[in-house]
Amino acid sequence: MDALDGNAIGGLLIDVFGTEMTAARSTCATCGDSRPIAELVVYRQAPGTVVRCRICGSVLMVFVRAHGAIGTDLTGLASLSRPDRPLSRRPG
Amino acid sequence: MERTAVRGRLTWQVATVTSVTRETDSVVTIELDPPDWPGHRAGQHLDVRLTADDGYTAERSYSIASAPGEPVAITVERLESGEVSPYLTRELRAGDELELRGPIGGYFVWEPADGGPLILLAGGSGVVPLRAILRHRRRSGSQVPARLLYSARTLPDVIYRGELDQGYDRAQIIYTLTRSQPPGWTGHTGRIDQALLAEAAWAAEANPLAFICGPTSFVETAAAGLVGLGYPPEQVKTERFGATAGR
Repeated sequence: MDALDGNAIGGLLIDVFGTEMTAARSTCATCGDSRPIAELVVYRQAPGTVVRCRICGSVLMVFVRAHGAIGTDLTGLASLSRPDRPLSRRPG
Repeated sequence: MERTAVRGRLTWQVATVTSVTRETDSVVTIELDPPDWPGHRAGQHLDVRLTADDGYTAERSYSIASAPGEPVAITVERLESGEVSPYLTRELRAGDELELRGPIGGYFVWEPADGGPLILLAGGSGVVPLRAILRHRRRSGSQVPARLLYSARTLPDVIYRGELDQGYDRAQIIYTLTRSQPPGWTGHTGRIDQALLAEAAWAAEANPLAFICGPTSFVETAAAGLVGLGYPPEQVKTERFGATAGR
């Protein structure tokens, strides 16, 4: 199975978090790498989705759809930080 | 800055297919008329869901091929082993219905206010969201310089070739053909490498913004190459898809 990246799970993340999250910054609890969710390694195989750190490969997030619910495991994350407004590269 | 209306929930809806246009032997563009579309940004996605008679569903995320303000369209490459793309590229006809939700994504997007110059790097069908960016640049009257470096296997595999060859308001289009070239081809050949990136990309001093979309290996090579040329990693936005992505 080929790896995707976090851009491909924007819809799933809206289901879980209720808002756009691909631009949110994640920090790996294992190695400390920090980058947008869009840049993380994603394996998508129904009913589960596994998100891994691009640097150390640790599992950061797992999502499983079953029986009308989405189970979410975020134990691999040290933090998630979402901007209050859409990310823009430059001010002004 | 133009923004998509904030909605509490991303809901599935049934869109009508208004046209299916063949781009290459294995690629079609599907124009859609969703009943409730809040508008999208250049580079965003939508999710498509197919449901079988027995209730089995398959979902895929596709880049939106059209610019903000244009009818919603996706461009789909057929993967013979895929669950979704064979149906979309072979069976779907104008007048059919298709379940989708969107728009989705806030990372791999470009707004005129983000500026440039833009360097867009496409591997195969990774050109789709970059075409939306080029169209948005043209429609918005943005004056930022733009270059597209497009790696395709052969010339007939180039998606949007007619449109690309007409240009986008002085955007430069550079092809490299990796598998075979037509007689008399004077363009680049072979996969993207450091030498080609150094030739095609804007100097880092120009503070360029890069968007790279394609298969994972293409994206990794291209992104590392630009960072090697001095691009700050946060100004190199990437989107990878694998063979199972159905994009």
